[in-house]
Amino acid sequence: MNQHTTPPLAVSASGLRKSFGDKTVLDGIDLDVAEGTIFALLGPNGAGKTTTVQILSTLITADGGDVRVAGHDVAQDADAVRAAIGVTGQFSAVDELLTGEENLILIADLHHLGRSEGRRRAAELLGRFDLAEAATRTVATYSGGMRRRLDLAMTLVGRPRIIFLDEPTTGLDPRSRRTMWQIVRELVAEGATIFLTTQYLEEADQLADRIAVLDRGRLVAEGTADELKRLVPGGHIRLRFADAGGLAAAARSLAGSSRDDEALTLQLPSDGSVHAVRALLARLDAAAIGVEELSIHTPDLDDVFLALTGTPDENHQELIA
Amino acid sequence: MSALTYALTDSATMLRRNLRHALRYPSMTLAGVMTPVIILLLFVGVLGDTLGTGLGRMGGGATSYVDYVAPGIILMTVAGGCMATAVAVCVDMTGGIINRFRTMAISRASVLTGHVVGSLIQTLISTALVIGVAVLLGFRPTADPLEWLAVIGLLVLVAFALTWLAVLIGLISKSPESASNTPLLIQFLPFISSAFVPVDSMPAGVRWFAEHQPFTPIIETVRGLLLGTPVAGNAATAVAWCVGVGLLSYLGARAVFNRPRAS
Repeated sequence: MNQHTTPPLAVSASGLRKSFGDKTVLDGIDLDVAEGTIFALLGPNGAGKTTTVQILSTLITADGGDVRVAGHDVAQDADAVRAAIGVTGQFSAVDELLTGEENLILIADLHHLGRSEGRRRAAELLGRFDLAEAATRTVATYSGGMRRRLDLAMTLVGRPRIIFLDEPTTGLDPRSRRTMWQIVRELVAEGATIFLTTQYLEEADQLADRIAVLDRGRLVAEGTADELKRLVPGGHIRLRFADAGGLAAAARSLAGSSRDDEALTLQLPSDGSVHAVRALLARLDAAAIGVEELSIHTPDLDDVFLALTGTPDENHQELIA
Repeated sequence: MSALTYALTDSATMLRRNLRHALRYPSMTLAGVMTPVIILLLFVGVLGDTLGTGLGRMGGGATSYVDYVAPGIILMTVAGGCMATAVAVCVDMTGGIINRFRTMAISRASVLTGHVVGSLIQTLISTALVIGVAVLLGFRPTADPLEWLAVIGLLVLVAFALTWLAVLIGLISKSPESASNTPLLIQFLPFISSAFVPVDSMPAGVRWFAEHQPFTPIIETVRGLLLGTPVAGNAATAVAWCVGVGLLSYLGARAVFNRPRAS
């Protein structure tokens, strides 16, 4: 259907702006998503994630900026974009009154797959998403997880090259969430490009090749999970002692540590490498100080997220005030 | 396939979806038949003798009250059937599935076309059933095949106009509840028309309204075609109303459906 030569970027946006009334929701954001990768747009509620997906998926128009999806301009050539994408929004886009199978065949018909191919594709997706047994029940009887799987199955009927998932696991139980992650990984292995939004750092960390952090309509950071973690220092080793004497002795011999007398712990800045841990243990041994417990804390995306979006600082300020 | 073929295929797909809804949850369709049947039973069985006597004194031309009232009841069936579409359209627009349709490379109009054609089919079936009940109760139309064809043509035109009006109401309603309330006004409009008693028998103010609202010329035309009462200028007025309401509603619905949305 698409005669374009394969573009290197599945999604590219520059200077993307959108306001609703006098409220600026997107304040000039730039995004590039390479084909065949998973891109996560990470941000708190109200950051503008859904608005971004709605613009990229031709549901609403931007106020400004250039947006190309699958090599086509979303404003000029929306139908060409639509032919290449699949969208699973935050709110379930299934027909409650139809059965799971009828929902899939409806979408197959709208893709003009033909009667037998449509049925075959529906059966294949019902099997893949563990919905075969529920195929002939109306969607009104489905659980939240089943509904989400059917929703995604409907998105995949037309074999889209680029798939938008707006908070695909919000509200799912941990098991359904893992199933969803597994599905996302399989889709990319088959060659699709995934653009997902999430509020969960763990999700972005688990899935995404690249992560962009969106806060109040602006991108505050972009990179791989590791690159983002490097932005935030804060790795440390924590030692817990049996008694106050051990704590005091250790605090004296280890410069630059901060102690917590209540918890009987000592915290030392460290990159958490084997070398650093070995050196630390050697010094404790030399001073004959016994340690109850040792834990290594490396910065995770939570630290990055909080540091970048400034939320904890604000809370901190409020606490002080 | 051409764009037009795609538009037709997609509309047929949407039509199948709506008919499947109707078959699976027939309560809406049944209500569309039951309401006019109950009103028919009430007016013919309970009030019929008195109203028929009064009508005879006025020289209305009808031999029995069921003959007089049936055309009005037929129009109520058509109006009621079309208005159910407002709820169906609103449920679609306020649910998530419309966003799926909007992000697919399909004929956009097919969503509405499917509703309109589905509603027409349901309404015509309901109307046929109600005419059947009226005949059982003693309704004896004198129309020849050509006049029947004219009646069916007019009813389809009325149904078409009212369905597009219902689509417009469904599109601008904020919730399915409000989408089901607004059409009640239109459904009960026939009560203040020549449906149950001739407008001549009404007090001046009400009579003026009854004479100038669209259902009166439509009912008079149907009555004239079915029973041979004078039609006069009513036919042209009836068609003009249908074309006017239908066209404005269609243009309005198209504009609302295609306008960029806030979120």
